[in-house]
Amino acid sequence: MDAGLDKVDRILEKETAIIDGMDISGSWNRMFEQRVIWDYTPELIEKITHLPGGESFGWCYQCASCTPVCPVDMVGSYGPRRLFRAVQTGVDLFTSADLWLCTTCANCLRVCKKEVDMVQIMPATREKAVLDGFVPEELQKAFEDTAKYGNPLGQPQRKRAAWAKQAGVDVPIMKELGRGVDILWYVGSYPSYHPRGIDASLAAARIFHALGVDYGILGNEEKDDGDSQRLAGETGLFEMLAEHNIGVFAQYEWNTMVVTGPHEYNAFKTQYPKMGFDRPLMHYTQFLAGQLPKLQDLLTHSLPLRVTFHDPCYLGRHHGEYDAPRALLQAIPGLELVEMGRCRENGYCCGGGGGGMWLDSFTANHTSMRLSEKRVMEAAASGADVLAVCCPFEVSRFEDAAKNTGNGHLRVLDILELLDMSMRGNGY
Amino acid sequence: MNIVVALKQIPSMADELPLNAQGSNLDFDEVDFVLNEFDEHALEQAVLVKEKSGGAVTALGVDLIEALDDVLYTALAKGADKAIKIVGDFEPGADSHTQAAWLAAVIRDLSPDLVLTGVQAANDLDGQIGPMLAAHLDLPYVGVVTGLEVAQGVAKVHKEFAGGVVADIEVDLPCVAGIQAAAKPPRYAPISKIRQIAKTAQIAEAEAAAAGPDAGVTLRRMAKPVATGRADMLAGDAKQVAAKIIDILTERGLL
Amino acid sequence: MSNDILVIAEHLDGRIADISFEMVGKARELAAALGGQVIVLALGSGLQAQAGGFASHTTLYLDDPLLAHYNPQAYQQVIAALAAAHSPRLIMLGYTSIGMDVAAWLSVKTGRPCIAYVNDIAVEQDAIVTRSQLYGGKMSAESATRADSLIVTLMAGAFAADAGRGATPIQPIAAPVPLAGLRTRFTGLLKPEAGDVDITTQEKLVAVGRGVGGEDGVALATELAEALGAVVAASRPVTDAGWLPKTRQVGKSGLTVRPKLYLMLGISGAPEHLEGMKDAELIIAINSDENAPIFNVAHYGATQDLFEVAEALLEAL
Ligand SMILES: Cc1cc2nc3c(=O)[nH]c(=O)nc-3n(C[C@H](O)[C@H](O)[C@H](O)COP(=O)(O)OP(=O)(O)OC[C@H]3O[C@@H](n4cnc5c(N)ncnc54)[C@H](O)[C@@H]3O)c2cc1C
Repeated sequence: MDAGLDKVDRILEKETAIIDGMDISGSWNRMFEQRVIWDYTPELIEKITHLPGGESFGWCYQCASCTPVCPVDMVGSYGPRRLFRAVQTGVDLFTSADLWLCTTCANCLRVCKKEVDMVQIMPATREKAVLDGFVPEELQKAFEDTAKYGNPLGQPQRKRAAWAKQAGVDVPIMKELGRGVDILWYVGSYPSYHPRGIDASLAAARIFHALGVDYGILGNEEKDDGDSQRLAGETGLFEMLAEHNIGVFAQYEWNTMVVTGPHEYNAFKTQYPKMGFDRPLMHYTQFLAGQLPKLQDLLTHSLPLRVTFHDPCYLGRHHGEYDAPRALLQAIPGLELVEMGRCRENGYCCGGGGGGMWLDSFTANHTSMRLSEKRVMEAAASGADVLAVCCPFEVSRFEDAAKNTGNGHLRVLDILELLDMSMRGNGY
Repeated sequence: MNIVVALKQIPSMADELPLNAQGSNLDFDEVDFVLNEFDEHALEQAVLVKEKSGGAVTALGVDLIEALDDVLYTALAKGADKAIKIVGDFEPGADSHTQAAWLAAVIRDLSPDLVLTGVQAANDLDGQIGPMLAAHLDLPYVGVVTGLEVAQGVAKVHKEFAGGVVADIEVDLPCVAGIQAAAKPPRYAPISKIRQIAKTAQIAEAEAAAAGPDAGVTLRRMAKPVATGRADMLAGDAKQVAAKIIDILTERGLL
Repeated sequence: MSNDILVIAEHLDGRIADISFEMVGKARELAAALGGQVIVLALGSGLQAQAGGFASHTTLYLDDPLLAHYNPQAYQQVIAALAAAHSPRLIMLGYTSIGMDVAAWLSVKTGRPCIAYVNDIAVEQDAIVTRSQLYGGKMSAESATRADSLIVTLMAGAFAADAGRGATPIQPIAAPVPLAGLRTRFTGLLKPEAGDVDITTQEKLVAVGRGVGGEDGVALATELAEALGAVVAASRPVTDAGWLPKTRQVGKSGLTVRPKLYLMLGISGAPEHLEGMKDAELIIAINSDENAPIFNVAHYGATQDLFEVAEALLEAL
């Protein structure tokens, strides 16, 4: 430690002090006056704390509570405490690789006594970096694709509902329906375009159909929710998408919106309301858990599988929903649910949040292992055959990670896929 | 230095390209338009020249489908100083000759020192716009440029040939250059910057000049290329495909 | 107007390029149908012997030290002057770094229509009918023109070069326009930097395209190449991104290769890439898009994820 840090400005000591009959004179009441850190310039910290959203960065008092819970710290040298210290000792976060490693999983915030909030600090700081032209190339590509095509996968907007043709059941599209619906299903980008995301969408369509849900999707009027781009610093892109989506949502009559992904849930719950959209919202696990009495009857086939469940950060920690996904898994006959050591409030992050989805190689260059790989190893260690997920980012991340870590036997399935298997008796 | 960049929107190839009912051209109502990727490089190169040698960049394009504003605001966000769109009653499939004539009429009045545009676009059946601009403006032209610097009234360009061979060519200003790749990858313009600019910046409008002679080419038929020499497709999963490849290589003594 | 065909020969670094012979071969066929002659125009310095190797009716050869290397304005002006003098029915240029400078310029300057990216051309009664590759090869366009004079740029490799080889003596010509005081000047030639492996001399190449997605993908392909006794080559997006050095780039703005094996992973088959590898003896393409144009060129193909196939190959080798 630098000498300057040990310096104490003044020692205060009362010669005589008796409190409640207790004699604490002399050294018993010794106090150190708050030390002034005089050998570091505060400018680099102030550059962050002066940004709207960046204020709490300055509150860190280095207690290190975050150290054991930061998922990135476990595969590298990171965490809010280290970040603060790095900036204090001269690292300019705006141009440092450290700016891009946080996934905004919020596990640090859960334990932070000072409420240093990376979920606010990161987008604020990154926004400035993006405006100044510091964007990792991979991320830039995702931004450009989202701006151009309305989705970060760079797929044509016109094909957004193309997946629905394979469902084998009718998937109503609002524009064609010409009437209001009970449930507006916001499908999301990965469930619309990513082949494994599509698998979950197809399962959802069959489940909704079997339940007789009165629903519709937005088809190619829907665009990406933009929340992860926002967390990665592209506020303008987020606003543009939000304005578009809010406009589309308002065109149709519906009662409740159901979203496939937790990131969309977060967008519509915490961000879109700031722009005037505030309507009943459910993650699909919440909606289906509410339908369980009816759904249970449809789950006719036993799935003799050991399943462990990965809590998505943006469903669990961010929004406190831990039970709905588990209730669905437990409703599947024959299925045995086992928990990983890190679960629920302390669930480990898959690495995809906060823009991590589009920083794969970048992050890999600064960590010893991908977060998804670490998580998959935990899942395998739990003895499970299946890693169940309910966030569309995760299937592709974990399947790849399972292969990378030699855990190819571990199947990664969305809860929707498991429900569909139990309903139809095939696919496992 | 007065730098002009000519930009062109073309059908996006990210999507399948739909044909019209007659099979004579694309169905332009069913395609999305994007900025020609070589024009993105031209813009980047223009901004790089400005940053190094000073001057101002004017971004210019024909507003074929009434969607050029976003392209121009993006250009402004990336460092262009002025934007002009050519307006009129257009066919979305207007050919290169027609667009070049419209562009040249406006560029002439700007008295540019340097005109940059993409070396080609995926749809210029009747030839590339860059050399056409040079012909209209009576300026020298060099295309397939992968780097350009300006000094003392001369543009020094790298021009690419087959085999990775590059020629150094000097061109007296004013001139037109067709950019294949800017010296650096095109920069990112944050959407908030673009939106900010969209609120404040003015896009100047210019009426399209009276249509000159068109390309003189009749497009009779457009089709996805017939799979004449269609490859022998190896069926099966990845493992089976790998096994078949190994068989083929072994058979030919390549292993 | 005559019924003659004016073919603009080109050379690079002292060697007449194959595209010149390919054009002449096709021009012979068309000239027969049109009842005209094939006139080759070569601009060079000390290229007399090579310029005498065309199967043309006439080969015009302009020799000047200034023409030892391509000079944009010299080509434009000399070709324009000869086009005026000969009034050919058809002017043929390559879809090359040279043809792309000259053809569209000449079209506007002389009021002749122009058709680019031509990979087939025929005479049909009073019209010349062409087939062009548009949209990066995703579309094929058939066009007709009845104009009495037309300019085309032909794709390299669309026609056989041998049909254009012959022994027509050159007919030296004087510069039809002054070559002094041009506003474009050649100042030097840079060859691709040496030091890295030379992919043009390799028997086996594993070529990776944008589909490999990043350096990890390239690393996988490199491992596969080593297992096959091959070397890794790439399409341009891969070298542009810096995943591989520029010396590994195959295609129009890269190198031309003719290996015994060209195994392609995640390359779509854009014409500019095909130009550099279409003569490979065995082309195998792995591409997840069944409609990728490369399957029209490859000998064998598989609609598969390249990573899965590469890994399966590694396992099997
Ligand atoms: C003047 C000029 C010169 C040029 N010179 C060259 C040149 O020398 N060389 C060159 O290559 N290009 C050149 N180009 C660029 C050329 O036009 C194309 O853009 C380029 O060749 C495309 O490269 P690609 O096939 O790798 O990428 P893409 O066209 O993007 O194709 C990627 C392919 O990968 C497939 N794919 C994606 N993921 C997977 C997966 N997981 N498994 C299997 N397949 C997958 C996709 O289906 C797609 O077909 C030039 C262009 C111009 C204008």
